[in-house]
Amino acid sequence: MAEEVAVSDAVAVERTLAGDRDAYRVLVERHSRTVYRMAYRMMGNAHDAEDVVQESFLRAYQKLKQFAGNANFGTWVYRIAANYAIDRLRQRNVDEARREGPSKQREDSLEVDPLSQVRDMSPSPERLAGSAQLAERMKVALAELSPAERTAIVMRHWDGCGIEEIAAVLNSNSNATKNTVFRAVQKLRRALTPFLEGKEARAMGTEG
Amino acid sequence: MKHGTEEELIAYRDGEAKEREAIAAHLRECPECREELKRIEAVFEALDAMPIPDPGVDYGQRVWQRIAPRLGEKKARWWETPFVPQRLAALGGVVALVILAFVAGRWTKPPIPMVDQADAAKVRERVLVVAVGEHLGRTEMVLMELENAPAQKGQKAINISETQRRAGDLVEENRLYRQTALKDGDQAMASTLDELERVLLDIANSPEELTPAAFETIRNRIEAQGLLFKVRVVKQGLDERKANPDTKPAENKTRSTERKKV
Repeated sequence: MAEEVAVSDAVAVERTLAGDRDAYRVLVERHSRTVYRMAYRMMGNAHDAEDVVQESFLRAYQKLKQFAGNANFGTWVYRIAANYAIDRLRQRNVDEARREGPSKQREDSLEVDPLSQVRDMSPSPERLAGSAQLAERMKVALAELSPAERTAIVMRHWDGCGIEEIAAVLNSNSNATKNTVFRAVQKLRRALTPFLEGKEARAMGTEG
Repeated sequence: MKHGTEEELIAYRDGEAKEREAIAAHLRECPECREELKRIEAVFEALDAMPIPDPGVDYGQRVWQRIAPRLGEKKARWWETPFVPQRLAALGGVVALVILAFVAGRWTKPPIPMVDQADAAKVRERVLVVAVGEHLGRTEMVLMELENAPAQKGQKAINISETQRRAGDLVEENRLYRQTALKDGDQAMASTLDELERVLLDIANSPEELTPAAFETIRNRIEAQGLLFKVRVVKQGLDERKANPDTKPAENKTRSTERKKV
């Protein structure tokens, strides 16, 4: 058992390729949470994030031969997941555009907590200042980004990926990718500024 | 140096600015740009503050449990890794069998049509049709319970813990059927199951005690999406398929007429 825990990714990949299906379990258990975090940030809800995780590990398993020996399994499955997530985001946009009442659908896919909607009905300044509320705003702001912008900001900011790595997922070059990161930050800033500045102003007010 | 543009400052914060030194020097002298950088920083801080629900320490194990049965699908795609020794041996075996069958075929009666395979596919579909039908029946019950739950005026909280527990059980089942429907190319079914899954997840993840307003929100959503109706239409289609497994096209027609009625 202890030996199994110590098995490196490379060995686990080799064993899987040799037909030992259970060896793949080590890889799934080891990397699921990292992939989940990225997927959640990309998709904005647990349901889609879990889907992305499962599908990514299935795809990685099916393409394992192509991976063999390349880079690091964690990075590789992460990239498969990012590719799959951006496809899902694009698909989601297409579906939403096709359905009636697109804004409503968007809310649905955000897993909006029903209680927060109740809070929205009576927004006292203190409540607006709450970090939960800020997080809700951020969720909405992220959902307004294009799939490429969202991918760029998630990979860049949270996961510290290099520009080249992001460019590979976006199927773009590094200059355009830098620009996408910039646009993403800029859009988030525009969306959050009234809220962030209100908070700042209040903070200053209490100090004075 | 003139003031940094927003783009330059964001790139600077990101560690990607071209003239990093020059911007740093300017920032030391310019309180305005420092202020602007602080405002940009606030956006990143807000990003950092975004919570992610913890999927639990056993999440990796759960992912494995869910995908392990599907890894078997890999066997159908053996050509992707044909050179693993076991596969080569299996491949050899298959080739030998094919040759043997061919030779045997030439010496025996004309080949019997491949009924077995078609039968197996039919059986599989039938099992699935029955299972999904039952699943939809159970889901319909949960949705109906919520729709019909008595919400008295002045009531402070509505307890939905029992419904919630069952919704939680249904989520996993639903996910499996949805993935199967997607794989089989049944878009209508997959999309209904997808909508169902979101609502089921919402119900399962809501607090046990809902305020009447929160309860109303869930209920309105079920109604607005016409979920109960969709569930019934798909279920009816499945029942027809169950009764006449060979009349698939007719069943599709029924479903599209149903949809037109909406």
